[in-house]
Amino acid sequence: MRDFWRRFRRNKGAVVGLVILLLVVLLAVTAPWLYPASPWDMAGAPFSPPGEMGMLLGTDSLGRDVAAGIAHGARISLLVGAVSTAAALLVGVTLGAVAGYLGGFADDAVMRFTEFFQTIPSFVLAILLVAIFTPSIGSVVFAIAIVSWPPVARVVRAEFLSLRGREFVQAAEVLGKSRLSIVLTDILPNALSPIVVLSSLMVASAILLESALSFLGLGDPNLMTWGFLIGSGRSVIRLAWWMSVFPGIAIFLTVLALNLVGEGLSDALNPRLARQRGGAA
Amino acid sequence: MTVSRRGLLAATAAAPVLMRVQDALAQGIAPRRGGTLTTILTPEPPVLQIGVNNQGPTLVAAGKIFQGLLSFSPTLEPIPVLAKSWTISPDGKEYVFKLQEGVKFHDGHPMTAEDVIFSIMKFHFEVSPRARAIFALIDKAEAPDPLTVRITLKQPFQPFLLMFDNSACAIVPKHLFDGQDYRTAPAVQRPVGTGPFRFAEWQRGNFIRLERFADYWKPGQPYLDAIIYRIVPDSQSRRLALETGQVVLTQGSDIEPFDVPALRARPNLEVSTKGWEYFSPLAWIELNHRVKPLDDVRVRQAISMALDRNFITQRLWFGVGKPATNPIASTTRFHDASVKIAGYDVKAAAALLDAAGLKPNAQGVRFTLKHLTLPYGEVWSRLAEYLKQSLRQVGVALELESTDAGSWARRVGAWEYETTINFVYQFGDPTLGVERTYVSTNIQKVTFTNTGGYANPKVDELFATARNAADPKDRQAAFSAVQKILCEEVPQIWLMEMAFPTIHDKKVRNAITTGLGVHGSFDDVFLTA
Repeated sequence: MRDFWRRFRRNKGAVVGLVILLLVVLLAVTAPWLYPASPWDMAGAPFSPPGEMGMLLGTDSLGRDVAAGIAHGARISLLVGAVSTAAALLVGVTLGAVAGYLGGFADDAVMRFTEFFQTIPSFVLAILLVAIFTPSIGSVVFAIAIVSWPPVARVVRAEFLSLRGREFVQAAEVLGKSRLSIVLTDILPNALSPIVVLSSLMVASAILLESALSFLGLGDPNLMTWGFLIGSGRSVIRLAWWMSVFPGIAIFLTVLALNLVGEGLSDALNPRLARQRGGAA
Repeated sequence: MTVSRRGLLAATAAAPVLMRVQDALAQGIAPRRGGTLTTILTPEPPVLQIGVNNQGPTLVAAGKIFQGLLSFSPTLEPIPVLAKSWTISPDGKEYVFKLQEGVKFHDGHPMTAEDVIFSIMKFHFEVSPRARAIFALIDKAEAPDPLTVRITLKQPFQPFLLMFDNSACAIVPKHLFDGQDYRTAPAVQRPVGTGPFRFAEWQRGNFIRLERFADYWKPGQPYLDAIIYRIVPDSQSRRLALETGQVVLTQGSDIEPFDVPALRARPNLEVSTKGWEYFSPLAWIELNHRVKPLDDVRVRQAISMALDRNFITQRLWFGVGKPATNPIASTTRFHDASVKIAGYDVKAAAALLDAAGLKPNAQGVRFTLKHLTLPYGEVWSRLAEYLKQSLRQVGVALELESTDAGSWARRVGAWEYETTINFVYQFGDPTLGVERTYVSTNIQKVTFTNTGGYANPKVDELFATARNAADPKDRQAAFSAVQKILCEEVPQIWLMEMAFPTIHDKKVRNAITTGLGVHGSFDDVFLTA
């Protein structure tokens, strides 16, 4: 573990990313204490610029506090990112494991099914799903999970394909372990590092997807999200830049942080690759 | 049938059309001939035949091609257009219109009483449900001579004249429609009317060009050589086109409310919200009375009192619109200014809900309602959010639902909603545009009927009295009484008298002179040098 941390720390960007990410998590956790009132409350005069009327980041067109919106929006963004990634992982890992371990017909069937989803532009599919199931937090998470599992399935399948022929797997088979047990206790732990790296990037893209949906007015209309803040402020951007700029910065920093952390994880989990890169730098 | 010798009552006939030109002269600006007016049309209409299509953009552009017998002033007094003068019999059943002389259609055919009767009894009767509902009252329509039309009603109907505006009953050429399917006749694609501009060219998705009709019946008019309606789908591009002078006039929903303040500040532009008096759209929260506790009058009053209508008009619509005061818009006839809904009072609203036995729970929520957001663009989403926040202050939790325009209309028509937003045109008279929302006989599974399901026999009776009375005084009495009842019972929660900004360069003159504004014929519009 200490070794892992040492390797992670070597990537300066990753550390910066981790710090930003922790700050965002902190903001999300403390939002109910920082801004106890609902972020939808009309707290001040509409269109107050940042710093005026005690509003750190100004107010929006209804007089809602933009800072409160960002703090509460962090909760939703992180929640959507985490839950939809978890759901996508569940589907993707299961299908990838089945395809990679069983091979043959099962592999073909699962991969054709996966390709079917990969050929549809993911954002269009997400819009379609949310529109069909009416916008709510549940349908948004569902739509994001549906469009993000195929890459997971492919990565997991590739890992399983290469691992299933290794000696330790053959040894487990000879010992008479059940297939399920081999998959869960022998292969999966060894396939974990690419999954961890991939999932940190998936959280980032899930946050982007959710923001894009909210921006288009397809978010949960009862929840304050960053995408909603930008979408609602967009039309008055010439009058009040702060309504869309600050939530935009929030999305930018969070997604950047997740990507940096993902890269750091990749370095830490694949020491050989990291060393090569370190050597080149 | 001989001409009735009953004393014919001379009706209001004035000459405001000429007055406007004189006004202009008095200001030292003589109308200037020539020039092309470039403007915008949003969204692009499917056809330009009034009757076959009666949507806003069609009425605006086709308003230059077609004309009605009358138009209406901002106070809804009739103004002569194709009818030079008219008389109404004392019993209110017989209307005689004298037509202008020398009126020609764009194809050179003279317009006669036959065309007028065809337009009323055949064309609009068949293609337009709104016209059919009223023209069904006509017993017979005759032409004693080519320039006289006499219409006899089965019963008196005082708002009858309001049906003769161009937007309700454009005069169409009989010789191009008779005997054909009116909706597919060739003239629908190349509209032919009597208006000051004739159809010249239409590049779909790009522009519609109308050109000056040289044989127009008003000598020396129109002043413009041509009008070009550009189709610009993006609202920011439309704003830019106006700012850079590529277009000199915008109307309707061309410019979003949030862009209006910046355009108001530009010295070369003039922003007006006048010219919608005939339509007077009124927006309200539509309540489904079948949903508890919305059947309780105290709950409806409380919701109404929890809302700050000034905030809605000033902050959401940027001053484009006026707070509603009662179910009849202030610009519609028979609006009673002395009857007002209770004002903004959060404490009183909470007290009413307490009295209704709806106590707040631990979270301060008395009850939860669903709200179907009107999917007509962003400002309506902001309104839904505002309602949610305001009602939360009195303990009413509003849960927002999003939908698309088609589903919205279907769900409202099928009564599958708890609350939503709705707005309808009032067409100048409560009998034409207000009654439909409140009488129990109109509780139908059709959008823009009494979908809320409000029923009050007294209200039904008063609307029926007002509909059938021939004397405006009796009608006013009935309408005042009904406004009082409705303001107490708050069957729907009226929010705003809507307005649409007409924005034009100051060199465009006479853009709005009547209660129909930019829907008018523009025969007196000119561009100063």
